[in-house]
Amino acid sequence: MSQPICPECGGTVNVPADALQNELLPCPDCGTELEIISLNPLTLERAPEVEEDWGE
Amino acid sequence: MNKMRVALLVTHLRAEEKLLIEAFQARGFQPDILLDRQITFDLTAGSEQRTPSGAAWRDYDVILERCVSTSRGLYLLAVLNAWGIRTINSHAAAATCADKLLTTLALASAGVPQPSARVAFDDESALDIIGQIGYPAVLKPVTGSWGRLLARINDRDSAEAIIEHRQTLGGYQHHVYYAQPYVNKPGRDIRAFVVGDETICAIYRTSPHWITNTARGGQAANCPVTPELDALCLRAAAAVGGGVLALDLFEDPERGLLVNEINHTMEFRNSSAPTGVNIAARVADYALRQAEVVV
Repeated sequence: MSQPICPECGGTVNVPADALQNELLPCPDCGTELEIISLNPLTLERAPEVEEDWGE
Repeated sequence: MNKMRVALLVTHLRAEEKLLIEAFQARGFQPDILLDRQITFDLTAGSEQRTPSGAAWRDYDVILERCVSTSRGLYLLAVLNAWGIRTINSHAAAATCADKLLTTLALASAGVPQPSARVAFDDESALDIIGQIGYPAVLKPVTGSWGRLLARINDRDSAEAIIEHRQTLGGYQHHVYYAQPYVNKPGRDIRAFVVGDETICAIYRTSPHWITNTARGGQAANCPVTPELDALCLRAAAAVGGGVLALDLFEDPERGLLVNEINHTMEFRNSSAPTGVNIAARVADYALRQAEVVV
C-alpha cells in the first residue's frame, strides 16, 4: 500500500496492508490522530476531536 | 458468507472494532459498518428505511453498537429498539450504564455492593453532601468516561474551588453533583468483562495515580475470575439489563469487592493478551447466538 502524507505535518504515514476505511491511525512524526477517509485513493484526514461524550 | 445480517454501529474504527470485524469474518459473517455520522432517520417512519450501506434496517438480525460517541449510540439504540431491532446492548441497558446515577440506583435496587453515593443540584447542597461523605471524597460527572473530570477532593477548600468552577464553567450536566467517598484501593482496581451470562475474564488495572483507567496509563494484568467475582459481576450485569459489559470494581479493605461503574461499549484492546481470552471472539459468538434467537 502506498505511503500517504500526513495532512498536518507532511510526514509520511505507514498505512498497514490490512487497513480499513474509517480506521484511525496516528502520524508517526507529529502524533496527530488521522482517519482513513478512503482506501482508493488512499486519503487521510485529521480525525475528529474527542468530544465530551466520547468514551466507553 | 452466511446469510444472517450483522452490522456494527461505529463512530470510527478503533482496534476493538477491527478485532470484532475479524472475529465475525472468521465465523463466516461480513458485518456492515455503519458510521453514526452518516445515519439519518425519519423518526415518524419505520424500519423499512435504508442504512448508509443500502440495506433496510429491519433486514439486520443483530446490530452491535460500538459508537465512541455516547449520545449518538444511545439515540441510535433508542430508535432501533423502538423498531424492534435486536441490538447489543439494549437501549435500556446502555442508558443505565451511561449515567452513573442511574447505575447506582440499579445496583442499589439489586442489592449489589457499591461505594455509597450522594447527589445534589446546587453549590451549597453539593458542599453539604461532600461534608457528609467526609474527606477525601470523589466528585464525578454523571456522564463521561476515560476518567475525565473526576476530582478527588481532600478538603473543604478544594471542594469550594471545584464546585465553583463547575457551577461557573460547566454545562447543566456538570451542575448535577454526584459524589462518593474515596475508596482506599490497593493501587489497583479490577475491570471484569461480562458477556451474556458469563464473566469471561478480568484484569487488574494498576497505577501509581488514583485514576487507574488504562486510557490514563493504568497497566493491565490478569485477574483470576473467582467464584465470588463471577457471581458479583453477573448480579451487577443483570441489574443494569445485561449484555456485553465491562465492570469496574474496587477492593475495599473493609467492605470487600464493590462495583463502581459499568461500561456498555467497552474497550478491550489491552485485555485479551494478559487474560489469554479472545474477547472479540466471545462477543461475536454472543452476538450471533442472540441473532439466532430471532432468526
